[in-house]
Amino acid sequence: MKYLSEFRDSALTKPLVAELQRFPARPIRIMEICGTHTMAIFHHGLRSILPEGLQLISGPGCPVCVTAAGHIDAFVDIAQQDKVRVAIFGDLMRVPGSNGSLSQAAAHGAQVEMVYSPMDALELAEKHPGELIVFLSVGFETTTPGVAATILEANRRETSNFAVYSTHKVIPPPLELLLADPDLELNGLLCPGHVSTIIGAQAYQTVADKYQLPCVVAGFEPADILRALIMLLRQIHEERYEVENGYNRAVTWQGNQRACALVDKVFIPEDSPWRGMGILPGSGLAIRETYSQFDASKRLDITMQDIAEPKGCLCGEILCGKFAPPDCPLFAKACTPANPIGPCMVSSEGTCAAYFRYGEK
Amino acid sequence: MSEQYILLDHGSGGLASQQLISELFLKYLTSPLLASLEDSAVFTVSGNCLAMSTDSYVVDPLFFPGGDIGMLAVHGTINDLAMRGARPLYLSLAFILEEGLAINDLERVLQSIAKCSNEAGVPIVTGDTKVVPRGKADKIFINTSGIGLVPDERSISVSQARKGDKILLSGSMGDHGITIMTRRAGLSLEGELRSDTMALHGLVDHLCTTFPGAIHTLRDPTRGGVASTLCEIAEQAKAAITLDEESLPISASVRAGCEILGLDPLYLANEGKMLVICSPNQANDIVNAMQHHPQGHEAAIIGEIIDGPAGRVTLHTGLGGERLVTPLHGQPLPRIC
Repeated sequence: MKYLSEFRDSALTKPLVAELQRFPARPIRIMEICGTHTMAIFHHGLRSILPEGLQLISGPGCPVCVTAAGHIDAFVDIAQQDKVRVAIFGDLMRVPGSNGSLSQAAAHGAQVEMVYSPMDALELAEKHPGELIVFLSVGFETTTPGVAATILEANRRETSNFAVYSTHKVIPPPLELLLADPDLELNGLLCPGHVSTIIGAQAYQTVADKYQLPCVVAGFEPADILRALIMLLRQIHEERYEVENGYNRAVTWQGNQRACALVDKVFIPEDSPWRGMGILPGSGLAIRETYSQFDASKRLDITMQDIAEPKGCLCGEILCGKFAPPDCPLFAKACTPANPIGPCMVSSEGTCAAYFRYGEK
Repeated sequence: MSEQYILLDHGSGGLASQQLISELFLKYLTSPLLASLEDSAVFTVSGNCLAMSTDSYVVDPLFFPGGDIGMLAVHGTINDLAMRGARPLYLSLAFILEEGLAINDLERVLQSIAKCSNEAGVPIVTGDTKVVPRGKADKIFINTSGIGLVPDERSISVSQARKGDKILLSGSMGDHGITIMTRRAGLSLEGELRSDTMALHGLVDHLCTTFPGAIHTLRDPTRGGVASTLCEIAEQAKAAITLDEESLPISASVRAGCEILGLDPLYLANEGKMLVICSPNQANDIVNAMQHHPQGHEAAIIGEIIDGPAGRVTLHTGLGGERLVTPLHGQPLPRIC
C-alpha cells in the first residue's frame, strides 16, 4: 500500500521539523478543526517539538463529540425498540447519554451491531428480514456521501426493512460561529483533509476573507501536518491571509462535485443541535421527503429531547477551543476513557481522549 | 466495581479486565500464587518446580487466515506456560458446543488441535465436552489447561524485570488482531494478512539454555497488545519504559489495515509473539539468537526499562517527538472516518 511510509520517513520529516523550529518565537494560536488531525498530532508526538509560542488548539471536528446528548438518548431509545437492530460506527458504542450508552443497552439485550460502512448496515437488513435495521448515522461531509449512496441503493433494491437516523452535520456553520468569537484570538486554521476532499479548499475562502485568517488544508501524515504548519507560519509572518492547499494529492479547489450532488439528492439542510454550541441554523442534514421511507425519524416514534450536559462537563467549551481538557474539573478524575462522562473522552478522535491517552496534563 | 453489569470491555485485556480481576476476583480468591497475576502459576511439588495455566478461547470466525480456534487453544496455553520458562508437559481440552454445530467444523478443529499438539510435543491427556441449546453459545468455546516443568536454574517472572534491562519483541506485532478484525469487517486488503498463532516454547527453551540467567521476564502480548502488556510490566517493576517507534516491527499489511480501521498496532492482539526483558549487556546476542530461530526471525530490540515514575511508558516517535503510551481502555473500536 502506497503513502504509508513515505510521509513518515524521517529523511523527509526531520528537515521539516528543523524548518518549523527556525521560525522566530512569538505567541501564535492555530486551530486544527478536525479530530483526525488532533489524534495524528498527538500520536506522532508533534506537540513536543513545536517552536516556542506556537499553540495548537483543537476544534469542533470530531463528529462523535459534537453529537448532542439528546441524539445519544434517541440512539439508545431506538436500540431498545422491539424488532429493531441498530448499526453504528464503533466510536459511538461507549458515548454516554442520560440513559447510559449503546454498549450498556447491548448488555441488556438491545441488538447493536458495529459496522465499518453504511453498506454493511444495508447487508444486515437482507440478513434479518424480520427486523428493522436502523443505521444511526453520525458524521461530517466525509461520511455523508457514503450514506447517501446507501440510501439510493436501498431504494433501488426496494429494501423495506432499512432506515437511517440522520444526525449528519456540515462544518462551515460552527466554524463561522467560532471565528465570530473575538476571545478565541486565532492566527490560523489547519483545515481538515478528508472533509475538504468533498467540499474543496474553496470552502474556506469566505472565512479567510471575512476574518483575515490564514487557512491551509492539510493531510494526516506527519510530513503533511509539518508542511501545512510551515505554510501557515509563513503566511502569519508575511501577514498574508489566503487559502492554501497543502494536501494536493487528495484535495482539489472545487472538491468532489459528484459526491456533493449525491448528498444534495438525498439530504436537505436543517437546523441541528451541537454539543456546547446549541442549535445552529442549516448545520444539519435531514433525509429528503422523496426518501422518507428510509428515514427512521419518520418511521419510528422518537422524540428528540433537549438534554442538559452532564454536570461539570466542559466538552462544549473544549470543542469551541475555549478550554483545554486539563482545565475541566472532571478530566482524568471522574472522567476517564474507562468511565467517560463527556463524548470528548470516548471518541478515538476526541480532544480529551487524546490528552488523556498521550499524557498531556 | 463501578459497573453493574458485565460489558464486552471487561474481556478486552485492558484496564476494564484488570479492574474486574483486582476488584472482584481477587477479593474472593486469595492465593498468593494467583495474586501475582502472571501468565501461569509456578509452585514446587516434591522438589519439582511446576507451572500451571488455563485459558479459554472464543473467536469469531472459527477459521481465519493463518489459523483457527483449535490452534489458538493449543498454542495459547503452551505459551502461557513457556512465559515462566517452563517446558510444557501435558494439556487438558474442554469443549462447550452449540447445538446445531456442523460435525465437519468440529472435526476440522480437532484435526488442527491434534496437529498442533503433535508438532509441539505436548499431548492432550484429559478432556470434557458439553453441549448447550442453540443460541446459548457461539458454535465452539474451548478451554485448555496445561502443566509444565520449570528447570531448576530458571526464575522468570515479571518481578525479575529491573532498570536498565532491554526490551525485545520476537517479531512483527498486531498480525492476529488485525486479521480477525478485517475478517469480521469483510475487508480484503492488499498483501497477506495472517494470524501469527504459534507455539513459542522452543524459542524460550533455546534462549534460556543459551543465555542462563540473562532472561528476566517473558510475556506474550495477547489481548491488549504490546502497549497494555508493557504498561503492566512497568507498573509491577515500579519503573518507566521507553520505546523507539522506528524499531517496532510492524508488517506493511498490518500498517495498512490499521490505517483503514483507525487502530494502533500497539494495542492489537498477538498469538505467537513474546516480549523478552533481559540484561542489557547480552541483549544484542539474544536478539541475534532469536533472529536465527524460526520463531523469532523478525525479533528486534524495541526499548528499555529506565528510571522514572512507576508504570510510565513513553514512545520516541520517528519525528523526534515523544508521547505517552497508556493501557487499552475497553475494546479497540474502529473509527468513523
